[in-house]
Amino acid sequence: MTTTIPQQPTPADAAAGGTLLQARGVIMRFGGLTAVRNVDLTVNSGEIVGLIGPNGAGKTTFFNCLTGLYVPTEGTVSYRGTVLPPKPHLVTKAGIARTFQNIRLFANMTVLENVLVGRHTRTREGLFSAIVRGPGFHKAERASRERAMELLAFTGLADKAEHLARNLPYGEQRKLEIARALASEPGLLLLDEPTAGMNPQETRATEELVFAIRDQGIAVLVIEHDMRFIFNLCDRVAVLVQGEKLVEGTSEVVQNDERVIAAYLGEPFEGAPADEDGTPAATADDASTTSEQENDR
Amino acid sequence: MHTLPQQLANGLFLGSMYGLIAIGYTMVYGIVQLINFAHGEIFMTGAFGALAVYTNLPSSMSIWAALPLMLVGGAIVSVLIAVGAERFAYRPLRNAPRLAPLITAIGLSLALQQAVFNWYPHATAGKHFPQLPGGPFHIGSVDVQSGDLFLLGAAIVCMIALGVFVRSSRTGRAMQATAQDPDTAKLMGVDTNRIIIIAFAIGGLFAAVAGVAYGLKYGQVKYDIGFQAGLKAFTAAVLGGIGNIYGAMLGGLVLGIAEACATAYIANVPGMEQFGGGAWAQVWAFVLLIVVLLVRPQGLLGERVADRA
Repeated sequence: MTTTIPQQPTPADAAAGGTLLQARGVIMRFGGLTAVRNVDLTVNSGEIVGLIGPNGAGKTTFFNCLTGLYVPTEGTVSYRGTVLPPKPHLVTKAGIARTFQNIRLFANMTVLENVLVGRHTRTREGLFSAIVRGPGFHKAERASRERAMELLAFTGLADKAEHLARNLPYGEQRKLEIARALASEPGLLLLDEPTAGMNPQETRATEELVFAIRDQGIAVLVIEHDMRFIFNLCDRVAVLVQGEKLVEGTSEVVQNDERVIAAYLGEPFEGAPADEDGTPAATADDASTTSEQENDR
Repeated sequence: MHTLPQQLANGLFLGSMYGLIAIGYTMVYGIVQLINFAHGEIFMTGAFGALAVYTNLPSSMSIWAALPLMLVGGAIVSVLIAVGAERFAYRPLRNAPRLAPLITAIGLSLALQQAVFNWYPHATAGKHFPQLPGGPFHIGSVDVQSGDLFLLGAAIVCMIALGVFVRSSRTGRAMQATAQDPDTAKLMGVDTNRIIIIAFAIGGLFAAVAGVAYGLKYGQVKYDIGFQAGLKAFTAAVLGGIGNIYGAMLGGLVLGIAEACATAYIANVPGMEQFGGGAWAQVWAFVLLIVVLLVRPQGLLGERVADRA
């Protein structure tokens, strides 16, 4: 017992090759609308998992369930074998960090300050030490700043540390969101459309960044509409359609799945009217997935 | 007595007090977008808390020894009431329509006033508040009371401490983050409920300091002093740009000085003779507010609502 990695006690899940995140039977209802229906999803350590689906499929809602912003109506989300409390700050503390579909930086704070806020859960400071400002305070503050600068260097923003976040160009704001999320030293990073609105070069750079993050031992769960990005990047892809998980598998499996193509492009036309051919097929698929999931439960 | 430096000094002292109270309005507004109308009463209970400590101290004790204890006593009362109000009155309404907590605040304000009126012994009339010995000091042509010096000193110390705390501590950064976007702050690991409590507590603390200073300055406290002081402080917070702590202090000073100068000089303006004097001081204070808001709706230092989008 010399150099074992300090692992959390995860009795059952440890066997599964380090399951980080496990969502089981997550259902999210808003009044009469069911935005997420019975979704199961697992992310193992070292994996990059994609979550795709047409607009309104419930991807972001599902993310919000994972991060404690919403409390799922039914189902559980556990991280390293422990069920997550429905409090976003405790989820972050447990080790899940995220970025947002619409950039949500602290616009009036500097780039560095944004990252420092990200470090909030990993720093300790009482009210007393903040007022007295002893050597411990300065040491902790300096360590925090050093780590924040490292992250800015990692994302390529080091020379902009003192700029106001709102003055950064769009692509760099996205990067800053990632740096801020990484500052909480997560085991799992959730990216909500990280390349939305980016040009191909920026998308390529983001791809590199996500690989680099994975190489640091952080698993990534990413929502994206850019299919090339997803299929280049992900070890596994799950497809969400109308709140339900339609397919899950490797890029090839998902790419070639007819149901996925149908969900995105509609049913293939085999003569008019298309509806008569399309509708029964879709219903059959829905029925089969639902029953599968019910069996799982 | 009516020299300009004297009026500026009077305004400075008055304004320091407005500013100290205004901090409570502006911090709470900045973080939860609530105008805590009970804050004037938190100021008042701070004064009474300090007075209660004083009356229970041995009468042989010098005021200088008693003052720190009074401050602590007042602060405990104010902070407990402020934090209690947040926990039990405002937090359950956090997601309710904006009007609900506002009305709650007004109700709380009346309740606190009546509580002191009915339960504090003999609070129906003004209660005598101890005075600091010494003074008046003559600084150039300006007469200064020792209570005024305490007020100014307390305001300076509080403001510097707050500025440093907000700008460069971990909790202060979390506060700024929560003010800008509470949901994101939560997801970055900030316990926003704790931050909100801290904001209320700091507001309560400053209000208590202002309450003690009020007692020392005017020599008596009454159950209803919170209303007018609170209204003025709220005005100061809006004047400076609500949500901005430096704005609150600046707004307080501008309001205090404007009030002092209006009292002394308006009557000298031809045709305005009847509008001078203390009776019209309130009017001029609010005229100033209206004029500033017409020209700069976001207040002097401005915390534009768009900034928090």
